[in-house]
Amino acid sequence: MEMLLNPLVLLANFVLVPGLAYGSQLALGALGVTMVYAVLNFSNFSHGEVMSFGAMITILSTYWLKSIGLSISPLPTALLALPLGILGTIGLCLLLDRLVFRFYRHQRASSVTYLIVSIGVMFVIGGVIRFVIGPNDRNFNDGDRFLLKAREFKEISGLSEGLAIKSSQAITVFTAVIVVAAIFWFLNRTRTGKSMRAYADNQDLALLSGINPDRVVSITWIITAGLAAVAGTLYGLDKSYKPLVYLHLVLPIFAAAIVGGVGNPLGAIVGGFVIAFSELLLTFAYKKVAAYLFGEGLFGDGLLQILSTDYKFAVSFMILVVVLLIKPTGIFSGKSL
Amino acid sequence: MKKTLALAVTAAFLATPAFAADVKIGVLLGFTGPIESLTPDMASGAELAMKEASESGAFMGGSKIISVRGDSTCVDAAAATATAERLITADGVSAIMGADCSGVTTAVLQNVALAKGVVMISPSATSPALSTVEDNGLFFRTSPSDARQGQVLAEILKEKGVKLAAISYTNNDYGKGLAASIQSNFEDLGGKVTISTSHEDGKGDYGAEVAALAQAGGDVLIVAGYLDQGGKGVIQASIDAGAFDVFVLPDGMIGDSLPAAIGKDLNGSYGTLPGTDSAGAAKFNGLATAAGFKPGPYAPQSYDAAALMILAMQASSSSDSLKFKTKITDVANLPGEKIYPGELAKALKILASGGDVDYVGATDVELIGPGESAGAFQEIMIKDQKITPVRYR
Repeated sequence: MEMLLNPLVLLANFVLVPGLAYGSQLALGALGVTMVYAVLNFSNFSHGEVMSFGAMITILSTYWLKSIGLSISPLPTALLALPLGILGTIGLCLLLDRLVFRFYRHQRASSVTYLIVSIGVMFVIGGVIRFVIGPNDRNFNDGDRFLLKAREFKEISGLSEGLAIKSSQAITVFTAVIVVAAIFWFLNRTRTGKSMRAYADNQDLALLSGINPDRVVSITWIITAGLAAVAGTLYGLDKSYKPLVYLHLVLPIFAAAIVGGVGNPLGAIVGGFVIAFSELLLTFAYKKVAAYLFGEGLFGDGLLQILSTDYKFAVSFMILVVVLLIKPTGIFSGKSL
Repeated sequence: MKKTLALAVTAAFLATPAFAADVKIGVLLGFTGPIESLTPDMASGAELAMKEASESGAFMGGSKIISVRGDSTCVDAAAATATAERLITADGVSAIMGADCSGVTTAVLQNVALAKGVVMISPSATSPALSTVEDNGLFFRTSPSDARQGQVLAEILKEKGVKLAAISYTNNDYGKGLAASIQSNFEDLGGKVTISTSHEDGKGDYGAEVAALAQAGGDVLIVAGYLDQGGKGVIQASIDAGAFDVFVLPDGMIGDSLPAAIGKDLNGSYGTLPGTDSAGAAKFNGLATAAGFKPGPYAPQSYDAAALMILAMQASSSSDSLKFKTKITDVANLPGEKIYPGELAKALKILASGGDVDYVGATDVELIGPGESAGAFQEIMIKDQKITPVRYR
């Protein structure tokens, strides 16, 4: 029995638990990207920096809440500050739409123009963030760090492998489930949600049936901003907040959205987990797992690693290329790129 | 119009006295980047030596020394090269105290210092590759090569009874050189390195890297990285996943910000950094505290680097790099009167009267081979979230 349990715990500790948390963060990010793509019809490359902006407002609010003595220990104060972060991000997105994107929408600009514009917006937001909070690493997780420590798990279970669950990982998965459920309920059950889907399907027809396009656009930005702020804060809580990292995060997020089928909310979520787990599974070293299952020394000294961890980012691109070659519309047929 | 211009030019020449011209020394350190928490004290160390020499009035007939700071970024070779170029051509520095990290130091040496013929003394570049690099006698360092640090670390590991070790190194000249040196020395002493793999700085998540390290296993994890960067990330992720309990920390990982960031889980980890228990070190600590900065890692080496330049300039009565470069080894080594920190005035007077000095300084400077410090190391241990010296080797 232990022979089977040990490798399972090992995989859970290094692949399943981190994968679930990372996948949830990617899924929330990809959901935001896919919403903008579905309704507004462009690839929003500034989404990563919008996430970073949301996390920044949350961090600043966390500092403020702490200075007036508010906290919800053992949970991190950042959860209390998150609504303020969401509000700030909504403000940013609506402002950006009013100042930048609306102009191009009225011009009926091509999606390539939009894409370049969003890259410009990305650099502007990135600059503002570094101006306000600086480029430094910030750890703002003031709650209990662990739900379950590796050493405690070993003592309780008597196994030789430990399983650690960080509280930030649990919070991430829990929050992601709630947010995703709320979004799906909104899109499928409410009148506004349905009008958004109608607008996404066929803009002209939606206009004819009396749907107010400005309202749909505003609501899309509000939802996107909320998702970005939540995703950015959760990523920052789980790892640590470093502005530059969000720029790199755009790549796996887009890969997730496209793999799942861009424009399809369900696809974004599945895509997020596909990317997260493939990154982890392909760069994991299976040496110990094999030793537990087949005995020591069968495979010599090799690490049994498919790809070196240096290639972690390349994994999302490999999957992207394969999916675009075989099924350009993604796993769940979204819009073809 | 012509006349006023001519007058202005004459006035400009008159304003600069022909004797006792001020000497500028560049301080090229990574004020931003992965060791940014160490560099302010290093720069203060170097500037302390310059101030001491200026105030003595004995430096080259009463010249003053002016420090010009430049940012090496520690990792961006292009940025460091551009800064060094600016220091030499625009600011007109006579020599450069720096750079700090091995990669940028090599780049600045090869692209700027060699071409312009300017002396560089690095307080902290420790890559073994710098021992053999072509330097026309312009490059020196007051820190020992990592080849020596690897040896010392391997001895410590053996004494602690470590049989298996995993290594994670930052993916640059410093990390690679140090990791290779530790591995070969450790294996010569009968130990085994289960895995030696690189990590990139500036990432948010090191979970995958730590997963690979954990699978290879080992009694300890040797982290040859930077304390404000990937090195910290790797340690944090290892503790989070329960992969390793004891970390071995080479010089780039030692600083107060690391135990402060990681907390009590780091207690029991150990490492090395260049340092001595000589009388010079204690004197320097006193001077630094009086001047209002911490004698942190590499601050003493920075003081020594600046002091060596100043003494060599005095010995050759020239601030021309090509003239004073030959004197650096002379002032650092025997024969001559021993010079400790705070005694620069005395040394300058001896040199002015044609005598010899043997600069000991804060770190027992003894330049060997291609102009690098022979290397005394301090073994440290993290106890109660504080860096505690154990002994000197």
